[in-house]
Amino acid sequence: MYWLTGVTKEYRGRETVHALQGVDLMLGNGAWLAIQGPTGQGKSTLLQVMGGLDRPTTGSVQLDGHDLARMPEAVLTRVRARSIGFVFQAFNLIPTLNALENVAIALAPLHVRNGERLRRASDALAAVGLADRLRHVPAELSGGQQQRVAIARALVKDPAVLLADEPTGNLDEDTRDEIIGLLQSIWRERRFTMVIVTHDSAVARPAQLHGLMRDGFLTLTATPQVVGPVQPGTDAPAVSPELS
Amino acid sequence: MFWTYLRRELRRRARQAAFIALGLALGIGLVITVTAAAAGVKQAQASVLHELYGVGTDLTITQPPRQGSGGGTSFGFQQQISQVRAGVKNGQIAAGTKISVNDLTSAQYGTLASAGLAAIRRQEHVTGVAGGLALTDVTVSGTVPALQSGSGTFSSNFTTSTFTVDGTDLTHLSLGPLSSATVTAGAGLRPADASADDALADSGYASANKLKVGSKVDIGGTSFTVIGIVAVPQGGSPPDLYIPLGRAQAIGKAGSASLKGDVNAVYVTADSAADIQAVQQEVSRLLPTATVTDASDLASEVTGSVGSAASLAGNLGTWLSVAVLVAAFTLAILLTMAAVARRVREFGTLKALGWSSGRIVAQVLGESVVMGIAGGAIGVGLGYAGAALIDKLAPQLSAATGSPPAATTAGPGIAGRLLQQVAAQGTHTVYVTLTAPVTLSAIGLAIALALAGGLLAGAFGGWRAARLRPAAALGRVE
Repeated sequence: MYWLTGVTKEYRGRETVHALQGVDLMLGNGAWLAIQGPTGQGKSTLLQVMGGLDRPTTGSVQLDGHDLARMPEAVLTRVRARSIGFVFQAFNLIPTLNALENVAIALAPLHVRNGERLRRASDALAAVGLADRLRHVPAELSGGQQQRVAIARALVKDPAVLLADEPTGNLDEDTRDEIIGLLQSIWRERRFTMVIVTHDSAVARPAQLHGLMRDGFLTLTATPQVVGPVQPGTDAPAVSPELS
Repeated sequence: MFWTYLRRELRRRARQAAFIALGLALGIGLVITVTAAAAGVKQAQASVLHELYGVGTDLTITQPPRQGSGGGTSFGFQQQISQVRAGVKNGQIAAGTKISVNDLTSAQYGTLASAGLAAIRRQEHVTGVAGGLALTDVTVSGTVPALQSGSGTFSSNFTTSTFTVDGTDLTHLSLGPLSSATVTAGAGLRPADASADDALADSGYASANKLKVGSKVDIGGTSFTVIGIVAVPQGGSPPDLYIPLGRAQAIGKAGSASLKGDVNAVYVTADSAADIQAVQQEVSRLLPTATVTDASDLASEVTGSVGSAASLAGNLGTWLSVAVLVAAFTLAILLTMAAVARRVREFGTLKALGWSSGRIVAQVLGESVVMGIAGGAIGVGLGYAGAALIDKLAPQLSAATGSPPAATTAGPGIAGRLLQQVAAQGTHTVYVTLTAPVTLSAIGLAIALALAGGLLAGAFGGWRAARLRPAAALGRVE
């Protein structure tokens, strides 16, 4: 479960930028939250703070009771390696490695044996429909296929959380729909917590929860279909009523 | 994963990797070539020393003459005075008295007991010790002339002849002045000749004095048979005659004292060049009044193109190698850091995937070390090529000795005597061919430098990669 309290993030320079101005959020395991908002409102910053890629200036970011904001770097690295999967807008695949190796690389810090690593990477690629593209390097794949590889890479370690930053930002509409459909079906199957940052309403639509980011403030609303009490073990997200 | 990633990354940056490796290779190749050239010059110097001085040894030990021993002016006349006294009348030597003084003397050097050699032999790192006697045979002969009445003057008809004699330890022929000589006629001295009145004549002396194999020569009043003619290759200043050490000890004198059981020069070889100084210190401790001369003392007296080559290899070569190495290392570091800067997104992504800074540093370091090893391998090849080029193209080097300052500073030791003799006879020049042997230690140095270059570049690149905050690295992409 994610529990963010009073999270602020400031970037000091000639002028201090207040990217996050006191975000509070409680998100139950298995929830799907889509955060929308115009560019430069703090969406990506929030995602980075939630993923332990950056530390908040103040406040706490608890994941299953552990505060990512105060964790030593080495522990935080292990949390990222085991529990958090990332999907980026630009795919961020290693250009020299093929699809199989790009996925397997996510298992390298977990000390999984090489054979097992390749088997799991192969399964993950099969799950995103790329069983026949294992040996292709990113340059030989379409944008949609590259993002599928990136999704396989994020999910190969079976993470508790998937954080996606504009996952369809570089794709055309048809491919966008394919990727969202893929994410939706995998989320339904595996029930990990998923947070997607997007400015595209079509991407946000299938999510259970919608958030709006503006001037560093997060306003959270539940979708009409899931409004109601928290239902552990169901699709219903845990969202504190006072934050909705 | 490590090797796959490393291999693919190097293949992607093949040009840059080749550029870095070649830069390192150039530096390392130059270091090997300069090291080889320096070793070659050292060998040339050793060869020159061997040929000019005929001293196949690391240390030469001599003793200054004792106070009151008569020094260099006695020439053993005290012994002869009794013969002259026979002709003294009314306090004057009678005109017409024939005087013939023949003495084999160690006038210039103090003596050491042969037993002292055992103490030197027992020292650590000493591999060979031989004693010798560097003697001078002086013959003064003539008739006492009559005084011219009134003027008190007379015209002298005395003649003086001198030649040098080396008492050689025949059980250690690889040490001492005879070590570099080759027999050009007759036979050499063998251990079995230790008590024979046999002598070897230097080819120059033999030629000047019309000596040949079978000739008789008077040494210290004893007749010796010349059994062989020897030559020190390409000049030098060898003794005129060589006789067995035992015979030299029996005939020779130091003042009025016998030289039985004594030597006045000790030749020592050490385990290796590195041990010479330690041996020198030990010998100086054992024989505090002795003059200990090592090859470097002699080497410093060598002038000519060998000296120039030594100084070229020692100064310009070393600095050139250092400059090229520094440039190569700097290039490798800058290019590696530039490559890391271009891979910020990649490293940010890896950090997001849970790769630790250490793992990323190891990856960058691994790539650099592989480039360093490749550079080292190419550098060894270049070094061999450079050394081969020196072997092929290097001109014949010359070395000269005998300049007055050298003779002056050489002191009273055997080296000094040799230098003085050379100086007295004019400048001697020896020609040697410069070779550039590539040694295992040079290759070891190259491998160490290659690894150091790779590690240094990788450490800087890795340090830069490790400092990246993942959010900042990913943010730079957007």
